[in-house]
Amino acid sequence: MKGRKIFGGKVEGEALVSKEGISFYGGVDPDTGVVTEKGHPLEGQSVSGKVLVFPVGKGSTVGSYTIYRLKKNGKAPLAIINKECETVVAVGAIISEIPCVDQIDTDKIKAGEKLRINADEGTVEHA
Amino acid sequence: MIMELTQEQKDMLEGRHGNAVKKSMSILVALGEIFGAKGLIPVTSVQISGVSYDNLGDAGLEFLDEMAKDGKTRIKTTLNPAGMDMENWKALGIDPEFARKQKMVIEAFEKMGVEATCTCTPYFIGNKPNFGDHIAWGESSAVTYANSVLGAKTNKEGGPSSIASALTGFTAEYGLHLDENRQAHFVAEVRAKVDNPMLFGALGNVIGRVAKGRIPLITGIEKATTEDLKALSASIVTYGGAPMFHIEGITPNKTEVPKERVAVEQEDIDNAVKEMNDAEDAEFIFLGCPHCSIKEMEKIAELLNGKNVKKELWIGVARPIKRIADEKGYSKIIEVSGAKIACDTCHVVAPLKGRFTSIATNSAKGIFYGRGKNNFKTIFRTLEDCIKLAVGE
Repeated sequence: MKGRKIFGGKVEGEALVSKEGISFYGGVDPDTGVVTEKGHPLEGQSVSGKVLVFPVGKGSTVGSYTIYRLKKNGKAPLAIINKECETVVAVGAIISEIPCVDQIDTDKIKAGEKLRINADEGTVEHA
Repeated sequence: MIMELTQEQKDMLEGRHGNAVKKSMSILVALGEIFGAKGLIPVTSVQISGVSYDNLGDAGLEFLDEMAKDGKTRIKTTLNPAGMDMENWKALGIDPEFARKQKMVIEAFEKMGVEATCTCTPYFIGNKPNFGDHIAWGESSAVTYANSVLGAKTNKEGGPSSIASALTGFTAEYGLHLDENRQAHFVAEVRAKVDNPMLFGALGNVIGRVAKGRIPLITGIEKATTEDLKALSASIVTYGGAPMFHIEGITPNKTEVPKERVAVEQEDIDNAVKEMNDAEDAEFIFLGCPHCSIKEMEKIAELLNGKNVKKELWIGVARPIKRIADEKGYSKIIEVSGAKIACDTCHVVAPLKGRFTSIATNSAKGIFYGRGKNNFKTIFRTLEDCIKLAVGE
């Protein structure tokens, strides 16, 4: 799959997939990486060390700092894949230097599958 | 690269103006490319969000320190509320360690040349852009007020992107900077009585949910005060609207009249009010979300005159407005009643989780964050009724 680079880098890892948007501020614990939003499909799961796949970011602009806090706490996702990247996630990925690609059909990615990301080229492949 | 940059902007991107400017430029260019901007445009004013240590944590503080090493503001830049009153934090029961970290956050901003105003109403205290000005503001209520009521042009910036604009003087030209994106998408016909800030907040809740990121042209409103518009700005964007609205006959921006029409009936407003009330009583009462105007300070003083509060009541206000209230004698009346004037902060960004279980406020935005961030049960009433609750009437 070919998308668009938001922030570059190359990684391989396991997909954690959400069909719903993610609000990092108030929705993900910056100290543990665990999704805390009530009723969210990923509630109780950790984004840490995963290729985090979700359609679009939502919620407060403070979310960029939550992503940064995750990174500094060693709990950040390995990479972020979006259908459509919005400002909060884009800025979060840039300041935290997390590989991030958007314009990917996230419905085609299954939970738990291994992915190879080349964010410089905007490519997402099954590993 | 799709965007065209001037020589100065290229120099900034390549690090010839230091690291903070380089990082700032890379944020602006990335945003510009994501949103298909043709280039970067100069901005005249910045309001920075992301100030409370409760939201930033140590990592956010580290980011600010890094930017403050060689970053300096190039234009007028003011600051959103912090996690505490910067002078009177002890009276608000703030932990000393939190206070120490919060002061470090403010020091980093001051080192960059930011005015540490710490308010969500910069337009009350001298950061008031003119009609048509391009600006880069964070704080969703202020962004919505600037776009809709003042007619300035800004996207809803986050902390890092507003800092990036402050340190470079530019923003990417996309979204609400372009006139074609400032047109209404649907008409919201109000057929209900909406005549105080609390009810304008309820209206924002109803329209925001329908809007889902789109801009309404609101009709059926005959009159709206500054305080009403402040409340509507805060609410509509909190509950899902774009950070912009038009009100026929009241707001200054021009728009085409869209075909889609949505009616807002009295029942819709009543239901929204009902939905925002789920507590029997409140341990904590907050007024000033967004921060109080001098008129609201006068009204609160009038209502508290000669009375004693029986519950914890905080009044959120920008420090320069409090100074005017001091001179007019309002502050003294408020403080003698036992209420606390909380400058620089509010119940959304202060570390209050666990300190109370319920809140009463006249702010629809305040209800949303009282629930989501602090897990409070909520009472949503007019300013007058919140004061009655506080004094036990």
